[in-house]
Amino acid sequence: MEQDKAKLVAYWHENLVIIFVHLLVWFLVSYGFGIILMKPLNSFHLAGFPLGFWFANQGSLVIFVIMIFVYCAFLNRLDKKYDVHEE
Amino acid sequence: MSILQWTWLVVGATFALYIYIAWRSRVADVKGFYVAGSAIPPVYNGMATAADWMSAASFISMAGLISFLGYTGSMYLMGWTGGYVLLALLLAPYLRKFGKFTVPDFVGDRYYSNSARTVALICAIFVSLTYVAGQMRGVGIVFSRYLDTGINTGVIVGMIIVFCYAGLGGMKGITWTQVAQYLVLIVAYLIPAIALAYYFTGWPIPQIGYGASMITGPHAGQYLLDALNMIHKEFGFQAYTSAFGPGQKSMLDMACITIVCMVGTAGLPHVIIRFYTVPSVKAARSSAGYALFFIALLYTTAPAIAVFARYNVLGTINNKAYTEAPQWFKNWERTGLVAWLDKNNDGIIQYRPGAGFKGAPKFKEGTGTVGQRLVENEPTKDQNELYIDRDIIVLANPEIAGLPNWVVALVAAGGLAAALSTAAGLLLVIGSAISHDLYFRMINPKASERTRMMLSRVMIGVAICVAGYFGINPPAFVAQVVAFAFGLASSSFFPIIIMGVFWKRATKEGCIAGMILGMGFTAYYIIHTTFMGAKPWCFGISAEGIGTVGMIINFVAMYVVSLVTPPPPQEVQDMVERIRYPRGAKAASDHGM
Repeated sequence: MEQDKAKLVAYWHENLVIIFVHLLVWFLVSYGFGIILMKPLNSFHLAGFPLGFWFANQGSLVIFVIMIFVYCAFLNRLDKKYDVHEE
Repeated sequence: MSILQWTWLVVGATFALYIYIAWRSRVADVKGFYVAGSAIPPVYNGMATAADWMSAASFISMAGLISFLGYTGSMYLMGWTGGYVLLALLLAPYLRKFGKFTVPDFVGDRYYSNSARTVALICAIFVSLTYVAGQMRGVGIVFSRYLDTGINTGVIVGMIIVFCYAGLGGMKGITWTQVAQYLVLIVAYLIPAIALAYYFTGWPIPQIGYGASMITGPHAGQYLLDALNMIHKEFGFQAYTSAFGPGQKSMLDMACITIVCMVGTAGLPHVIIRFYTVPSVKAARSSAGYALFFIALLYTTAPAIAVFARYNVLGTINNKAYTEAPQWFKNWERTGLVAWLDKNNDGIIQYRPGAGFKGAPKFKEGTGTVGQRLVENEPTKDQNELYIDRDIIVLANPEIAGLPNWVVALVAAGGLAAALSTAAGLLLVIGSAISHDLYFRMINPKASERTRMMLSRVMIGVAICVAGYFGINPPAFVAQVVAFAFGLASSSFFPIIIMGVFWKRATKEGCIAGMILGMGFTAYYIIHTTFMGAKPWCFGISAEGIGTVGMIINFVAMYVVSLVTPPPPQEVQDMVERIRYPRGAKAASDHGM
């Protein structure tokens, strides 16, 4: 029982770390690259797109989508590792 | 066939399809009615969520809005998609594991308080009603432009259709209809965008095309965005890809609005409720991913359409004689959504920064010297002579691109699909809030399933009538009310759900204090700045973005008050513990865990 409890706490902590890292990326691509650093990034170009503008218009959205699926993959592994997945 | 015939055909066919699907998936129990029996596969739930989320505003107005805002418009693109990351990471899996029907259910149980439940209930109803009124209006506009029926008839037809399938099939009917509606609206959105991208740049992918070089027109060989920036400078506009300049939003304001859009999305009851309809916690996570994928398909296309449309408008109209203006310009002038006031009487359309005249155009009888409709609004001092309603950018796109009539009809059907799918989802939230949260949970816990289903259907009917009334007699302040809805969702639901899941110590008193202070501040600021004419006094943040500050106030108030009040009862803490682990999730139900 005690051991189970410790395992669940460990599961939750690992989950929190994964969430934190993902939120960091989420913040970086939208608020970081898309808004705060938009002007300096605009001196670089991706074909016809100024880079900061591209992050705000396209890049952050694409990364959001990929990010959720990466998070799902991480969590599915984590659920199995700690044996809390659904039957 | 003419546009009118095509439109009747396509709209009629899609409506018949929606009704048929609803009939096939009609239900007789509350579980099916509220959460589709928690049996929708995640991919389809993703599509349904996408259709539910993307409203008439996303489909019809957004690209136009961005077209006029340039880079600053990105706040809506990032804002209305980034919320799904928050949903997938912070909300959906835990609410799914909690396994009740509605958001007020979670708030009431987690904070062991019927007052908290009631506040959540009122917010849910207010937010949903605000939204649904806008959808009915969208239905009316599409009907009047394409089917020559007048806005009111359009609204009433829309009301009947929505009632048929929301009342009949509940969540199950709505979900499967939304899957069909998603397909209709995304095809309708992509076809004109692909055609324009191909025409301008030779790329059939709009997302790439608007960053490529042009293969046609006077700017052939240049990057499209460079050409657009150049034209902008020439006519005195800020460059399209520039930011934070005079007349544009500040960095702080833009960031705040983006946060409100994200957090508001994650706090909207009709979005959250979608994650109760999937079979498992795992499915709730991936469902958010699919939803965002399907949404992003439209949201990454919108800025491309915005750029093509901007180039077209500046290139084909500006500094042209009115008599040589293209046909679509005159078609839309007839509807009153485009207007030209020839201030210097030279017969040439000058489109410059600023509003050409005060307010939305009002027309007087007769026509001017070159055949234009006469505007009676008071002119402003700037040199601009042109008014273009942002709503027409998407609707006029196929005409501007010279696409065949059936594409125009498809766009009309797409606009209707977007409006109806969102309206249905919202109506279900209202119906379940009243019949489940208010009647069953608080007034008569012994009510039979039959009675509750009956009450849900009646409430959906009542809500449709209220929404229809506002669709026919729109209040003058629709835009402000929507800002209000988002502000409230982000300063109320989002913080209390997050704290409820991630902090066991959050107490009932903390929750109520947080909601009251957060919402109170947001409501006061919005009313003070938009209705009472005060300058935005909080760091220059506009009413649209102030929910960010409200959210922070909520978090802080909740933290402080929770620490000085007695901790939540043990069974509540155990419940919070349980929702953190996926194993043991059952279908959503109305009793016990």
